[in-house]
Amino acid sequence: MRLRSVCGVYDARMFRYAIRRVFAAIPTLLILIALAFFMIRAAPGGPFDTEKTLHPEIEAKIRAAYHLDEPLHQQLGRYLWGLAQGDFGPSFQYIDRSVTELIREGFPVSLQLGACAMLLALLAGVAAGGWAALRQNRFSDHAVMAVSMTGISIPNFVVGPLLILLFAVHLDLLPAGGWPTEGFLARLPNMVMPVIALALPQIAYIARLTRGSMIEVLRSNFIRMARAQGLSQSAILLRHALKPGLLPVLSYLGPATAAVITGSVVIEQIFGVPGLGRHFVQGALNRDYTLVMGVVVFYGVLIILFNFLVDICYGLLDPRARQQN
Amino acid sequence: MPLLSVRGLRVDFSTPDGVVEAVRGIDFNLDAACTLGIVGESGSGKSQTVLSLMGLLADNGRSSGSARFEGRELIGMPDGELRGIRGNRIAMIFQDPMTSLNPYLRIGAQMAQVLELHEGLGRREALRRCGELLEAVRIPDAGKRLDSWPHELSGGMRQRVTIATALLCKPSLLIADEPTTALDVTVQAQILALMRELRRDFQAAIIFITHDLGIVAGFCDDVLVMQDGECRERGSVESVYARPAHPYTRRLLSAVPRLNQDARSRAPGRTDLRPALEVSGLDVVYSLKRPGMFAPAPRLKAVSSGAFMIAPGETLGVVGESGCGKSSLARAVIGLVPANAGRITLLGRDLGKADKSAWKDARRNMQMVFQDPLASLNPRMTARQIVAEPLGACRPDLSRGERGERVVRILNRVGLADGQLDRYPHEFSGGQCQRIGIARALAPGPAVVICDEAVSALDVSIRAQIVDLLMELQDELGLALVFIAHDLAVVRQISHRVVVMYLGRAMEIAHSEHLYGRPMHPYTRALIEAAPIPDPKVERNRTREPLQGEPPSPLNPPPGCAFSARCSFAIDRCRREPPELRPVARSMVACHRAEEIAPSGA
Amino acid sequence: MTAAAILALVAVLCVFGPLLSPVAFDYLDWSHVSAPPSLENWHFFGTDDLGRDLFVRTLVGGRISLMVGLVATAVSLVIGISYGALAGYVGGRTDQVMMRIVDILYAMPFMFLVILLMVLFGRNIALIFVAIGAINWLDMARIVRGQTLSIKRREFVEAAQAAGVSTPRIIRRHIVPNLFGVVVVYVTLTIPQVILVESFLSFLGLGVQEPMTSWGALVNEGAKALENAPWTLIFPAGFLAATLFCCNFIGDGLRDALDPRDRSA
Repeated sequence: MRLRSVCGVYDARMFRYAIRRVFAAIPTLLILIALAFFMIRAAPGGPFDTEKTLHPEIEAKIRAAYHLDEPLHQQLGRYLWGLAQGDFGPSFQYIDRSVTELIREGFPVSLQLGACAMLLALLAGVAAGGWAALRQNRFSDHAVMAVSMTGISIPNFVVGPLLILLFAVHLDLLPAGGWPTEGFLARLPNMVMPVIALALPQIAYIARLTRGSMIEVLRSNFIRMARAQGLSQSAILLRHALKPGLLPVLSYLGPATAAVITGSVVIEQIFGVPGLGRHFVQGALNRDYTLVMGVVVFYGVLIILFNFLVDICYGLLDPRARQQN
Repeated sequence: MPLLSVRGLRVDFSTPDGVVEAVRGIDFNLDAACTLGIVGESGSGKSQTVLSLMGLLADNGRSSGSARFEGRELIGMPDGELRGIRGNRIAMIFQDPMTSLNPYLRIGAQMAQVLELHEGLGRREALRRCGELLEAVRIPDAGKRLDSWPHELSGGMRQRVTIATALLCKPSLLIADEPTTALDVTVQAQILALMRELRRDFQAAIIFITHDLGIVAGFCDDVLVMQDGECRERGSVESVYARPAHPYTRRLLSAVPRLNQDARSRAPGRTDLRPALEVSGLDVVYSLKRPGMFAPAPRLKAVSSGAFMIAPGETLGVVGESGCGKSSLARAVIGLVPANAGRITLLGRDLGKADKSAWKDARRNMQMVFQDPLASLNPRMTARQIVAEPLGACRPDLSRGERGERVVRILNRVGLADGQLDRYPHEFSGGQCQRIGIARALAPGPAVVICDEAVSALDVSIRAQIVDLLMELQDELGLALVFIAHDLAVVRQISHRVVVMYLGRAMEIAHSEHLYGRPMHPYTRALIEAAPIPDPKVERNRTREPLQGEPPSPLNPPPGCAFSARCSFAIDRCRREPPELRPVARSMVACHRAEEIAPSGA
Repeated sequence: MTAAAILALVAVLCVFGPLLSPVAFDYLDWSHVSAPPSLENWHFFGTDDLGRDLFVRTLVGGRISLMVGLVATAVSLVIGISYGALAGYVGGRTDQVMMRIVDILYAMPFMFLVILLMVLFGRNIALIFVAIGAINWLDMARIVRGQTLSIKRREFVEAAQAAGVSTPRIIRRHIVPNLFGVVVVYVTLTIPQVILVESFLSFLGLGVQEPMTSWGALVNEGAKALENAPWTLIFPAGFLAATLFCCNFIGDGLRDALDPRDRSA
């Protein structure tokens, strides 16, 4: 009963906070769109530059069909209007396909990889970091930290090929790439290596972050107080130290998402996974304006959304932050 | 058989620089329901002594010797067994109530876990008991408080919560490690009164660790004086205070300023001369962060109509609890924060109208000594550079050589040897750092020096030395000192006149003998009553009703008299109209009822 | 200490190493195509599929990678410190507006913008410096601002103000020297990040252009020839990882040494 009333107050405040955040995100998005839009248009070369020059009349027709003959500001306006209705516009390269469709196809693939990698990174990172913190300055601590330092230092585009070399070429355990469409279970073997390659640097980073914040928390006065009350090590860890120790990890999740998304661009290329990242690189190379814009905007929204979720979770976990919002 | 019997207790820490012996062989006995005070200055090993009993030493610490508690040996007891004793038979309260509670758990959950652990109670039954205990420690609305988060409670309330938690399992021994040091003096008095009552009701033995000899005098049966990890003296409080046997105890006792003793007779300031500094109608208002884009920024009035004057050679003490605006007053006077209204006249010159060069001149004549000796010195400058800096800024008239000479002379005067002048702050002790801070303030040859809690961070014996130094320098140089502190006894020792502040307003201004001898304002009286006196005979016979409550938030002060909410004499008028500062007897008092409630007699 | 020594060794090798070998980095040795490492024919690290000497190429690529690391870090350092110190010292509304801008920029998928930039405007080394520097200054600005704010609140700055010391002198004597530690730590941690970003771009084929090379580009080539000539991946990747490891390690050590809280551990 009383719990619900407390939450009720929080709900109202949370709602107002959410509204404020949505409004605050709009300028960010607009700047992002404008930046990407003008950058693309300012670049030399166009989507229909091919080896053979097109007949000027035909080219003019094509340009008109894609509204490329309009003044820039009008094009931007048109694009924004489309966006507001959830329409990313037609792809210039893939004839007869809209960018929305391409995103709808590619995103679930990227999402599966990204989500699995994040999950793995969280579980493994927190466990390793927490364990190291408990055994601070002992051998196991130093070992975990050395491994994670190595993890941060080896870029995932090195890890990927090495994994292929080891598991696909030498041991022949896993497929070197590809993305079967017959269902999640069928792809599982294909997913193992990309997920590991994607997660490894994040595991390392999260482990280090967890260790640092856990050590700090374990040194705090309220932990000493809990020990003085006779609580066991595991009770102290689970009930008192875990939550504050994980808050920095929580705030890292926003940047981590961005990093995983970026990383997937490479990983998808290495393992031949048909996700959004590949569309992006291909699109950029082919001057597919709308596709590139679409992917940038889509990921921009995703990052903003994730940061927002992280902040909300932060508020749920930290009673003091809740009061400030 | 005593409840706790400690023999040859030693604590070592292995550090990269070798083994540090924090405690070197301590013996004592503690009987059931008795109270032992352990006093010592910082680094004396008093906290490590009790932490080793609880098995709570840091990872690199090791204890040896013997400590038998209720017939069981604590030293070397396996952790699992010790956990059954901790929080159950022996409970502990720590110094800082603000950080001793887990900010991520509700009060009820934190308390209940102890009962669930040691007595196997269910959550519901445990919460009921917790509520009872919260009532026992006089927390208003105890039932509701179980659902509160720690940050919603004030410091005094949090310390009550930790005390209640400690008493949940009715321990036979309670260890309190500086439990009131972080609290204001009136709140400290409340907590001590509460602990007296609880000691009677719960019949627990207490080990009370503190640096404050006054608290030990009033609260403890026995006392153990520690220095450098060794026991210097042990005995009943009466005998140790009356006939201290060890020279260290004697030195400690003589270094403590006493409220009940007359201050050293001091030549009074020359009031016939032009005042060195005169302040009137000073307001300091801070704008806080806006809560929303369109909401007005909340304003915090830290000082309202601050006014005082001070003659050359005179010391004006400013006392008050934390948040009373005494530091803001000092900072506004010296120009570190802008004053929103008022006049500051330094040596006959109105600083409100001062231009840049006049301010420069003013800076030369008015300097400040800060609270934290180490933090107020730039870690990357040597003592010599630190003292030379203000000289370079305010005395361009001196040549380089003259300045250099002057720096050395002043540093020597405050007690630093020539060989130490090129060292960095971290190579000096706290007392030495404060000497450098004083030298820096004196370098430009000021007429007024403002000391903002200049001795609060120092140990008793060092504090006495610094206070002596300040008084000597004042006599030599004819300085006007504004001495800001929360410790009434130190202020009494050094000040000619004293201002008592509460919530940004002056409550009473009087000569120190009048103020301490015959306090006119109820708040002044409460402050004096709350301050412990290091004399067991006096302290035990004092009748006191500690002031209730804690100072209201300066963000929304009461409409009438600032003190009305806590004043036992308050009438309707007090809650409506704020009293003006007016002469009553030989004091200036801001109280509507000063005459009626004044203590009789001189 | 070991880390610093390894790092110095890598740097010296990259600068002077190519002089030791008789072959140029773009010389095509058709007699040794995709040759494994050997000491006899001067191809210490073997050759790639065009017969170019991998030893020289790795070191020349290292020059580029290290240079990108240093220059781009310097770019972000200059922008970040001036921006952060200004916001922190001036404070108030200016600070709020400046930090709001940083917040907005933070939410951008920058890597994508950089990729776009590289694709659209050609693979130009100067552009890489600017682009990478432009991402990293955000962190630097935040850190410097925070540090400035906290130093500004320290008592010794107040003491200097109360003593009448002028503002430029306070910034010069009191704030900047105390910022130094944090900035040094941050620089050692930024350099590996920047090297990583550059190699990431090069891996995508968007960094430096043939026949010039960098560690990222070499790794890319190596990954393609993985099955037949694993050495083409392992040597450049090893150099890259070792450099990153050492930089991170030094940065970490410096941070621990400068943070008094960790010294007790």
